[in-house]
Amino acid sequence: MSAFTIASIPREELLAPGHRMCQGCGAAIVMRHLLKALGKDIIIAHATGCVEVTTSLYPETAWRVPWIHVAFENAAAVASGIEAAVKALKRKGLMNPEKKVKVVAIGGDGGTVDIGLQALSGMLERGHNVLYVLYDNEAYMNTGIQRSGATPLYAWTTTTPAGKVWRGEWRRKKDIVGIVRAHGIPYVATVNFAYISDFYVKLRKASEIEGPTFIHAYAPCVPGWRYEPHLTVKIAKLAVQTGIWVNYEIDRGSFRVTTPVPKRLPVEEYLKTQGRFAHLMKEEVELIQKLVDEDVDYINKLAGSVVVGPVERK
Amino acid sequence: MGKVMPLSGNYAVAYAVKAVDVDVVAAYPITPQTAVVEKLAEFVANGELDAEFLHVESEHSALSAVVGASAAGARVFTATSAQGLLLMYEIMHIASSSRLPIVMGIATRAISAPINIWCDHSDFMAASDTGWIMFMALNAQEAHDLIIAAYRIAEDPRVSIPVAIGYDGFVVSHTLEPVDVIEKEEALEYAPKRVSRPTLDPDRPVTMGSLASPDWYFEFRVQLQDAIENSRETISEALREFKRRFGREYREVDDFYTDDADVVIVSMGSTTGTALVFIEEARRSGMKLGLLNIRLFRPFPEVEVVKYLENAKAVAVIDRAVNAGSSFVGPLYSDVVVSAFKKSLDIPIVNYVTGLGGRAVVKSHIEFIAKHAYSLVGKKMREVKKHYSFIGVRE
Ligand SMILES: Cc1ncc(C[n+]2csc(CCOP(=O)(O)OP(=O)(O)O)c2C)c(N)n1
Ligand code: SF4
Ligand SMILES: [Mg+2]
Repeated sequence: MSAFTIASIPREELLAPGHRMCQGCGAAIVMRHLLKALGKDIIIAHATGCVEVTTSLYPETAWRVPWIHVAFENAAAVASGIEAAVKALKRKGLMNPEKKVKVVAIGGDGGTVDIGLQALSGMLERGHNVLYVLYDNEAYMNTGIQRSGATPLYAWTTTTPAGKVWRGEWRRKKDIVGIVRAHGIPYVATVNFAYISDFYVKLRKASEIEGPTFIHAYAPCVPGWRYEPHLTVKIAKLAVQTGIWVNYEIDRGSFRVTTPVPKRLPVEEYLKTQGRFAHLMKEEVELIQKLVDEDVDYINKLAGSVVVGPVERK
Repeated sequence: MGKVMPLSGNYAVAYAVKAVDVDVVAAYPITPQTAVVEKLAEFVANGELDAEFLHVESEHSALSAVVGASAAGARVFTATSAQGLLLMYEIMHIASSSRLPIVMGIATRAISAPINIWCDHSDFMAASDTGWIMFMALNAQEAHDLIIAAYRIAEDPRVSIPVAIGYDGFVVSHTLEPVDVIEKEEALEYAPKRVSRPTLDPDRPVTMGSLASPDWYFEFRVQLQDAIENSRETISEALREFKRRFGREYREVDDFYTDDADVVIVSMGSTTGTALVFIEEARRSGMKLGLLNIRLFRPFPEVEVVKYLENAKAVAVIDRAVNAGSSFVGPLYSDVVVSAFKKSLDIPIVNYVTGLGGRAVVKSHIEFIAKHAYSLVGKKMREVKKHYSFIGVRE
């Protein structure tokens, strides 16, 4: 793999302009660069969700690569079938065996960690040569910001409102990477587009590795997280700088943090940028900080050294 | 011609799937369909069938996977029963409206609750509004033959609609019969692989499964209705060609003694055999009974059905499923009544629901049904007091 430079990002846009994703949509950035990173020789199976509905309004399409949407919970199963078809057709001489085709499944957090988890597990366990990309905006945005298993602690959503009794979501975010990793697949990684070279390197690696690979992509949502559209990349960066999001990979069993953070910012710096956390009290912010500290300790243990450092107050 | 082998309905289906050289199989075991999956696995394991076999984790994923594979241009197969079919229900609609030529076997079985693994038509009927072409095979030979015909029909560019072949759980799926097995060369000559639709191909990118607003959705659904309506001609052509090549004749409906019958019994699936045995006996004792077997269920062969009911003085429709709370109760009954009403047949048409959850349907049941229907001869539809009854149920 040649070294990545910003200048080497392909000019060609495989996600056509004119789609209906919001201004500042994190998922839109994920899709655009995912396509640039993977190129044209792919087939996408997409789960129902925000990106699907905003890019495929008939008779138009934003996709300049072959793309299929079937339902909400089955992107992994559809991708499995496509991959099996390509394999069988090539073997039987019904498709040019030299033809390069990578099958990519894309799902939101709901379509991946909740309703699509079974299909995902099946696909991973069967060993299909499919790259699965989860774009995580931490709620069901398409249906209007309902909580998912990936919604973080205390986040406001329309089904976990902050009221007299409830304080937003009261459960922690599901460890989807841990679940995926337990399938023993060759490659799992987290990506955050604020660190774009890391994003490209990992997507390309994940697509080149034969077998099931999984990318967990951070994807801020303007209306869902309640912030101004110009702040998307800034928030994405803060997620890493506070240790709320850690860029790492597990490449054939070996764990590596790819974006070291020598000194962390307090989680408050992140939480205060988003309206979904506006109701938080001091103790709640402290609890989140404590939990992030614990997560970071765990990451450092896996890494075998302190790659994500302690919090340094400004 | 192929060789005759003793095969169960399930195995007969598996041999047909092998003969048409499918590329991708995805299925999940459920009684009474399981043996199809096992046999296909064996074929693939032995190298007798060159296909990708997907050990999917559910029926939902089974159908989803064959949707993906079909969209990528492969010839595909899946099979299921009962709960499995219900789990597929969401994707069945998507498969038909996406116009993918998928073929599925349904070993018919009762639906829970209570859980029951035996034969009735609750599952098959639950799929009747999914936009699939649907046949019901009478025996193992028919299941074998219709699977092969299904590929020719489904992949015909004028049709491009998925096809389901039902066959009665246990009664057909598990009963050994001599089956004339069609060889691969013959099967592929009759049903050559045809991929005349756009497929998922990086050289020619297409978008499938779009979001369609109120400005467009309606037309998609109308096109499916038009296509399934227009498939009638292709279906009968495929069945005629089947007869020409293989000698076995399959029509949309089979009529027995309807010419001079006072009462015509309409049935589907294995009940037809029982009814025929009774009718032939009854004829000898002077009861003028006729029988109509429904082989093609979707699109419903209304013209053919009415043609054979026209001379009857009463019609008895036997159902093995219940649509509780509906105006019709038996789903087959509703199709027969509507077809008859469209042609202004004002004769009593009554519904007999029998054999739910594998309760045996025996000659004495048919006798009761025939006699009961006979008692209505001379009446008009509006003079019938009770339009349905349950036969063979505890009082
Ligand atoms: C079986 C089924 N249940 C519910 C829905 C409604 N639905 C469509 S998208 C969606 C949420 C999608 O959430 P996520 O996967 O996180 O994607 P996002 O919209 O946030 O990008 C829901 C609940 C559906 N389409 N299908
Ligand atoms: S609602 Fe959120 S995820 Fe959906 S398009 Fe807008 S910003 Fe993107
Ligand atoms: Mg989401």
